Amino acid sequence: MSPAGRPQVSLRQVEKVFTPPGRKGASVQALGPLDLELFNGEFFAVVGPSGCGKTTLLELVAGLSVATSGDVEFEGRPIAGKILQGVGVVFQEDASFPWLTVTDNIGFGLGKLRLSAEERRDRVESALAMMGLTAFAHSYPAQLSGGMRQRVCIARTLVMQPRLILLDEPFGALDQQTRLLMGDELLNLWRKTGATVFLITHALDEAAMLADRIGVMSARPGCIIDVVETGWPKDRDSRIVQEDRFGTITARLWRSLRAESMRAIGYQGVKA
Amino acid sequence: MKTSSLDRLRNGLVLLLVLTGLWQVLYWCVGDVALRSPLETFGYTAYLLGSARFWPNLVETAQAFGLALVISVVMGLAIGFTLGLSRIANAVFEPVLVSSYAIPKITLYPILLLMFGLGMSAKVAFGVIHGVIPIALFTTDAVRHIRPVFLKTGRTMGLSPLEMAWRILLPAAMPEIFAGLRVGFSLTLIGTLLGEMFASQRGIGYLLMNAIGLHNVDLIMSLTFMLTLFAGAASVILLAINRRMQQRT
Ligand SMILES: Nc1ncnc2c1ncn2[C@@H]1O[C@H](COP(=O)(O)OP(=O)(O)OP(=O)(O)O)[C@@H](O)[C@H]1O
Ligand SMILES: [Mg+2]
Repeated sequence: MSPAGRPQVSLRQVEKVFTPPGRKGASVQALGPLDLELFNGEFFAVVGPSGCGKTTLLELVAGLSVATSGDVEFEGRPIAGKILQGVGVVFQEDASFPWLTVTDNIGFGLGKLRLSAEERRDRVESALAMMGLTAFAHSYPAQLSGGMRQRVCIARTLVMQPRLILLDEPFGALDQQTRLLMGDELLNLWRKTGATVFLITHALDEAAMLADRIGVMSARPGCIIDVVETGWPKDRDSRIVQEDRFGTITARLWRSLRAESMRAIGYQGVKA
Repeated sequence: MKTSSLDRLRNGLVLLLVLTGLWQVLYWCVGDVALRSPLETFGYTAYLLGSARFWPNLVETAQAFGLALVISVVMGLAIGFTLGLSRIANAVFEPVLVSSYAIPKITLYPILLLMFGLGMSAKVAFGVIHGVIPIALFTTDAVRHIRPVFLKTGRTMGLSPLEMAWRILLPAAMPEIFAGLRVGFSLTLIGTLLGEMFASQRGIGYLLMNAIGLHNVDLIMSLTFMLTLFAGAASVILLAINRRMQQRT
């Protein structure tokens, strides 16, 4: 599948440099220069060694921070640190609000949209059902497991019906089996909503199983060094891990990443 | 849940009995010169509650304390949010706040008296200088330790600064702020009473000072007993609310 048409998100020659406050100490180039295009309705995954700037990239697209140089656009409009409607974010850390019940957490942002009370309740209820949280509707996050809390955060983003969903290692804290199942859930969700999904992950198999296209990032400062097209059909699920292609894709990702990962942890490698 | 609150009630009752017992033993050791027995004190307290001169003084103190508490809380929260959110304000003012926490406030009393004169405003001011600083310090700390990801979530949902304060900052910081309110509550009470003791013609603190001057041990014991009871009960209630809040985090 080769994406056509105008990109929904485009980054051109984007760089991000962190300068410590008061200009004491060295500044850190976290990202780029980086080019990237995301197309309407595609599932794009990003893999990269730890600390390479994945979260930094996501925050630029989310409008939570401003690029030091280069352009970031969403649906043809510059983002430049503005929060745009239609973009939803699920963060790497647990961001559920401990002072609200699961239901109130999920409905948190809905007050900002002009919806009828009925519409609001419907959206929350179907998100609860979709994420398997109905039985915990009136629980507080402290009573839930880490994986369930992350599901609360996903649901809280979903009810806003974003056209672009940004997920930063949402399953990082989960065990492998749960991750595979959550991956299926995410695929379902992606098919149902038709939204563009931008998923950051450190798990190569997760990227290979879920995405249409996978961007491989270099060690810091992160650039996209390879884009792999998986060619999976739209109605895939986690069972595709049995296919030969799955192994081929994972192997290609690892080939691109191995040297970068070594660089990222300062490992010299085994003599060939 | 039910059993643990029953347990707590039982523990509280046992504690009260033990304290009363100690009081009785102390009375046997020291005698009538400086103390009254629990029973005599209860009796005198009942008499005092029935007497006409007690109530106006109680009302006076309650007003001063209530006003001082409101001012302490409002000012403390305002200072705390400002320092917690602004790195610069914090760098400049927090050392001032911390060191003024350590000043024995009694040394400021003559100055306050000159500023406010005898009466209500001096007592209130004295209550406030005791109560406001802990509330401000706890709030500063609470606001500064709010997890950034909560703020980012609020931003991605498009909250305005006011909504951000009301829907995220305040509830996220509440358990810790409440701990500050607990400390602020008791210090404001102490401050108000001290104010009454040293420069006032009305209020519980004034009655107490007067009783000391006249060596009226019955009155001293009875007032001390009631104040202890009030402060103890308030502290138990606030602690219970605080505990419930912290269970969620
Ligand atoms: N606010 C900041 N100030 C200074 N440096 C930062 C800041 N945020 C990130 N960095 C640096 O930028 C680099 C990229 O960070 P980032 O969090 O984007 O990496 P990541 O790929 O998401 O890592 P991980 O896999 O651990 O989540 C890191 O070296 C980090 O130390
Ligand atoms: Mg990250």
